[in-house]
Amino acid sequence: MKRIIMGVLLAFLPFASNVYAEDPTDGGTINVAVQPEPPSLMIGMYSNATTQQVGGNIFEGLMRYDKDLKPHPALATSWENSEDGKTWTFKLKEGVVWHDGKPFTSADVVFSIDKMLREVNARLRTSLAFVESISATDDYTVVFKLKEPFGPFIRLFEVGTTPMMPKHIYEGTDFKLNPANHHPIGTGPFVFKEWKKGSFIHLAKNEKYHVKGLPHLDNIYWHVIPDAASRSVAFETGKIDVLPGGSVENFDVPRLTELDNACVTTDGWEFFSPHAWLWLNNRQGPTADKRFRQAIMYAMDREFAKSALWNNFGKIAKGPVGSKTAFFNSSLPDYEHNPEKAKALLKEMGYDGTPVRLMAMPYGETWQRWTEVIKQNLEEVGIKTKLVSTDVAGWNQKISDWDYDISFTYLYQYGDPALGVSRTYLSTNIAKGSPWNNAEGYKNEQVDKWFNEAATAFPDTKRADLYNKIQKQIVEDVPVAWLMELEFPTIYNCKVQNLIDSAIGINDAFGTAWIKK
Amino acid sequence: MNIFKSLKRNKVAMVGFGILFLLVIIAIFGPYLYDGSPWKMVQRPFLPPFQDSKFPLGTDTLGRDVLAGLIHGARISLLVGLISTAIALLIGIPLGAYAGYYGGWVDEVLMRFTEIFQTVPSFALAVVLVAIFEPTVYSITGAIAIVSWPPVARLVRGEFLSLRSQEYVLAAKLNGQTNRNIILKEILPNSLSPIIVLASLMVASAILLESSLSFLGLGDPEIMSWGYMIGAAKTVLRQAWWLSFIPGVAIAVTVLSLNLLGEGLNEALNPKLSGNREN
Repeated sequence: MKRIIMGVLLAFLPFASNVYAEDPTDGGTINVAVQPEPPSLMIGMYSNATTQQVGGNIFEGLMRYDKDLKPHPALATSWENSEDGKTWTFKLKEGVVWHDGKPFTSADVVFSIDKMLREVNARLRTSLAFVESISATDDYTVVFKLKEPFGPFIRLFEVGTTPMMPKHIYEGTDFKLNPANHHPIGTGPFVFKEWKKGSFIHLAKNEKYHVKGLPHLDNIYWHVIPDAASRSVAFETGKIDVLPGGSVENFDVPRLTELDNACVTTDGWEFFSPHAWLWLNNRQGPTADKRFRQAIMYAMDREFAKSALWNNFGKIAKGPVGSKTAFFNSSLPDYEHNPEKAKALLKEMGYDGTPVRLMAMPYGETWQRWTEVIKQNLEEVGIKTKLVSTDVAGWNQKISDWDYDISFTYLYQYGDPALGVSRTYLSTNIAKGSPWNNAEGYKNEQVDKWFNEAATAFPDTKRADLYNKIQKQIVEDVPVAWLMELEFPTIYNCKVQNLIDSAIGINDAFGTAWIKK
Repeated sequence: MNIFKSLKRNKVAMVGFGILFLLVIIAIFGPYLYDGSPWKMVQRPFLPPFQDSKFPLGTDTLGRDVLAGLIHGARISLLVGLISTAIALLIGIPLGAYAGYYGGWVDEVLMRFTEIFQTVPSFALAVVLVAIFEPTVYSITGAIAIVSWPPVARLVRGEFLSLRSQEYVLAAKLNGQTNRNIILKEILPNSLSPIIVLASLMVASAILLESSLSFLGLGDPEIMSWGYMIGAAKTVLRQAWWLSFIPGVAIAVTVLSLNLLGEGLNEALNPKLSGNREN
């Protein structure tokens, strides 16, 4: 009975808090840690995490996405798909101006996507291969004609993938050398003020911002603090208000979140959904045998790793597609921690104790410890391992040259299997020289066919069918051993309100944030 | 002369010797008595010391037994210390002996060669060597040996320089003994005492060097060592002080005992210091 009453009370709580919610107050300065210092703020050319974090407040995309990856208006007010799925018509917001006062129009959109980003942004270029033409029919309407229906099209328009660039500044110049790269001009809620290299980046309120009443904040400072322990201390002493996900060591997170005034959220990673797995070399050695790879899945105690290394943030990965990504199949079979099953599989394949090389990912403490956990797990079922340690360059090199047996990685999913998943499993994506493609060497013609059909299938129900089949097959084949869907908690001072409100989290967070007085 | 007799009279040196003896026993037999891999995750992570009698020193960030790590680490620390010192002696003594005995251009060449190594900061050189050859227990031992032989060569050269004009050496020469015989049988035995003292201190600094390398993440990833334990615990220093403190104490005690022993040996072997002149 008590429980029911509590439940009822809890159900009303959100309402209660709404009733008493305060109105946002204007003004104030916010201090954020940035690590490492970004190479540039030109968001269209640099996909570095910190470039995105700062630049996402200067520039804007046509859409923003909520936690369920549903699109919401930003610079576009509405969009429509034709019956056959091949024509998209976007209506743009009127009365938007660039930071230098020039009006934002459809010409800027066509220029940004068709000319500039096509040239400087490799990830978008791959998707633009499906686009036949982009044209402006009037000042505030843009029409995209596709060669075939392309399902992920609707997920291409967040600020990191497709930031709008000012045509009047970039047209006819060498994009990479344009002086505006050092003094970026966007339409976003904050304007670039100053960048003291090695010290801080300062953005100030855009007084002419096109959303009325926004932004609330007067200034944002990103402080460059190279040492993780110093960042923690800066947060403790109140010098820093916001620690973006991943900017302190995992082992420090519990201590920081227990501080008075510290709030924590794992929201804002839905679009990226960082997916961690073990590369298993499908070409040679024991890892070439499917049963061996399945045995690895059963041998791993992923729950332990999640609690000991990730403070219970994140989720055990079921298969190639993350649970927040579109077309996730939740009814896949589980690879639970089951050493007996692993041993049986190894016996069945006749594993003779050949040692496999286990290469750590040189991304800090957590990954080093994770390697040790995996090694222990594998040895418990009788898999002999030899640890290989290396630096970042060496690790990239060895994965790119396929010179490994088992190693780690994590990659972004970008909301749609056609954008962030298929690249790891398509056999056409096997090529030496990149650690981000099908580096494990998985080849399955059926899966290839399904992936290619699914990218352009129309409508979505057809795509869903294909992705369900794909996931089932890949989970059976275990081309890589999935570890976790990572969540990097953002830790912030509780006086900061309404910080994370989109699927790309801290990358476009400050436009709506405010400080409680 | 009886080194042990005079060493025995030096209480401080005996303490050092006693601790070291105990450590050697632990290093040899400990891993058999306290079996199981020190990498095994046996309890909940961050178990403080003196709470569970099965794991008296608690557990680390992944729930691994700290005591097991300490015992297995003793073996690797001592082994690396002793072997790298032995290698350094094998390089340093012949070089120094030749340079000091022959003098002239041999001396010039060998000493310039030694100076190349002496001018590079030894820790930086060790880091570079280990990084190039991938960290394994062999490359670490080798790197430590390579950075620690120059002082040996200089010391031996000095001894040979002063001893080569002694009367018994001249007598041996007149006797028609070969140079090799003179070096090995006449001069070397007489210059052993400072070498022994230096070697005991070198073992100590080799242990420190190995720990520093592991602390920086340049240890052999397959082997649990004290330096690794501290390095892995440094990020949680404020939550779990004992993870850094306990192996730190182990290193400090080992190095201290080696220094005490070295000091004692120095006194025992040097008649001017020992005050023991009857032999």
